[in-house]
Amino acid sequence: MRLFRLILANLARRKLRTALTALSIMVAFVLFGYLAAIRRALDQGVSVAGADRLLTRQKVSITQPLPESYKARIARLAGVRKVTHLTWFGGIYQDPKNFFGQMAVVPEEFLELFPEYLLADEAREAWLRTRNGAIVGRRTANRFGWKVGDRIPLQATVWRKKGGELLWEFEIVGIYDGASKATDDTNFYFRYDYFDESREFGRGLVGWYSVRVHDPNEAAAVAERIDSEFANSPHETKTETEGAFLRGWARQIGDITTIMVAILSAVFFTILLVAGNTMAQSVRERINELGLLKALGFTDRQVLGLVLAESCVLAGVGGSAGLAVAGVLISAGDPTRGALPIFYFPSETVTVGVVLMLGLGFAAGILPALQAMRLEVAEALRR
Amino acid sequence: MMGIRNWLGQAASVSKLGLETIWERKGASATAVVGIAGVVAVAVATLSIAQGFRRTMTAGGDPALALVLRSGADTEMMSFLWLPDTRVIADAPGVARSELGPLASPELFVVINLPKRDTGTDANVPLRGVWPVAFQVNQAIEICAGRNFQPGRNEAIVGIGAVREFAGLELGQSIQAGHTQWTIVGHFRARGSLAESEIWTDATLLQNAYHRGNTFQSVWVRLERPEAFDQFKVALLSDPRLNVKVLRQTEYFADQSATVYNLVNGLGRLIALLMGLGAVFGAWNTMHSAVAARTREIATLRALGFGAGPVVVAVLVEALCLGLAGGVLGGLVAYGAFNGYRAATINWQSFSQVAFAFTVTPSLLVEGIAYATGIALLGGLFPALRAARLPVATALREL
Repeated sequence: MRLFRLILANLARRKLRTALTALSIMVAFVLFGYLAAIRRALDQGVSVAGADRLLTRQKVSITQPLPESYKARIARLAGVRKVTHLTWFGGIYQDPKNFFGQMAVVPEEFLELFPEYLLADEAREAWLRTRNGAIVGRRTANRFGWKVGDRIPLQATVWRKKGGELLWEFEIVGIYDGASKATDDTNFYFRYDYFDESREFGRGLVGWYSVRVHDPNEAAAVAERIDSEFANSPHETKTETEGAFLRGWARQIGDITTIMVAILSAVFFTILLVAGNTMAQSVRERINELGLLKALGFTDRQVLGLVLAESCVLAGVGGSAGLAVAGVLISAGDPTRGALPIFYFPSETVTVGVVLMLGLGFAAGILPALQAMRLEVAEALRR
Repeated sequence: MMGIRNWLGQAASVSKLGLETIWERKGASATAVVGIAGVVAVAVATLSIAQGFRRTMTAGGDPALALVLRSGADTEMMSFLWLPDTRVIADAPGVARSELGPLASPELFVVINLPKRDTGTDANVPLRGVWPVAFQVNQAIEICAGRNFQPGRNEAIVGIGAVREFAGLELGQSIQAGHTQWTIVGHFRARGSLAESEIWTDATLLQNAYHRGNTFQSVWVRLERPEAFDQFKVALLSDPRLNVKVLRQTEYFADQSATVYNLVNGLGRLIALLMGLGAVFGAWNTMHSAVAARTREIATLRALGFGAGPVVVAVLVEALCLGLAGGVLGGLVAYGAFNGYRAATINWQSFSQVAFAFTVTPSLLVEGIAYATGIALLGGLFPALRAARLPVATALREL
């Protein structure tokens, strides 16, 4: 405890210098926390993807449809517990900038396969009753101020109604929440039966299938079974786990992890120099004093520990403040105003952050600490 | 009252003294320089992604090219035109002509999955179906390996950007699209434009492979001259047989690149701002200890009659030099490590991949160096004021 007060007293010796160093460390950790959230957002919840869910899409491209009749054929295959289909609508709400996902689904099957979307029972009943009913995620509902009962016009980009009409109108019957903060609650889901009978062309064609397997360990085998079922048909399929699909999708943007690591390495290298320089200066100024401590009976190791601890406390204070600021910034919303469906502070970031702080503190303090440890008492006192 | 010349002379001599002693404080000075260099390198590298992407999207923008889409569609991907529509478009006034007839090229645009070379995961690669007239409309296309595809055969040519980014596109290999295999017979360049990320093949065969009947997605048109655009546009919009929108190629590409450009650019600037803040603290620290180390010297100068102004200037000049050094160093690192670095990303509007190269433009470098000097001056400001306010007597007694 007394040692701790000594550490604080040493840090307080040059308050401005300590503050500036802590602030630059803080900035590094703000960036670290913020980039972690962005990376998670771009990964689009790979970590929470249903481990027991497969995604079956047209082999050549997910933009090509599959026949609705595949549903019964997939359901019959061994290892398949439940199957449903989703179809991308891609409509425009008022302005193309107001982007959010819109999909035609079969309500009962959809809600059963995706338990991470929490919908009240009344809303569920209402959806089953209302042909042009739709449910929307909390985030999108808040973004546009929608309430249950609102009628939402969507301008079709592909799917014209019979007679060439582009405007579709849906009634919001429920607003769903995500089961966890990593759940994407931006999408808009409406009924496939209404969609299919109203569209001008493409009847009986769906976007992709979502398949729940009995045993996640058998996912690969089931995926292969599905693809071989449709091999050499006019619509061949490609099936993979939801996680693999999302990861592949994230990689379409580029190798995000590499870019983030590159940026953060540059940042931390820079901060390391700043903090290391501060510690070196501080030890240089105190050679006299450190010699005195040794003369009083402090061991070499204790002096080493003292300097290292000082450096780690500095990094810890700056780093914690940085993570806290990052947390505040992240909760203020994503920088693209809605283009990132998931944006939150991943909790494992804190653990990694603490490790980084200690690492930074150690790396910045080790050379000055060794220098302090090796001081000869007589030599030091003479300066 | 001090004369201007005297004042400047004082500032110059104090600055000179400061700069000459930088070497004695090399540790702290190097920290500031490297810190600022790090900021500039990261900022310039990140922004060069946005620049490179936009350059690819807008390169080879030809003012004499126009694009016709169904009204309401924002991209070729979403658009849809019947064959008779394309004939009406080709006959509109303002369309250039050659021995093949009007230079209007009806095209199909689909995406296919191909594995990315670096990650091995599937990515959406654009596949375009064209008729021979397309090569007279888009005159940038130039076969650089192999030969062009022959109409009526299942052959395709691939832009060199796509060849670099995706596996399986070498000459002689084949790809699947629809229910058909297509043999790659050639590679092409297109003056660095977006087309280099695409695969081109015969429109009629692609229609069959995708059960598209006689429909297209867009018509690209070469105008007689760029000024003919308005006449062409008015003619199409007022034609009751058509329900289309007409854009210049340059305008279309600029729209298409907006989302990704703004995202990367915004993110790059945010990172630069935060890192810059960190570097300001670093530079402040350095200049603060520089002033502290010279407390006696500065006090002596003041006692000799040097004014406060020249002392401030001297500290700022020193900071400026450190900033310039950092800016130049960071810019060079970014240029050396990243200029021309090739990557591909998805363009949200067309739902397909664009291959591009990081581009460190001269204006980015200038911006980076300006930013560096800004950081350094801001970091040097408070230490400079502190130096000027040193009470001479106490300072001389110090140490």
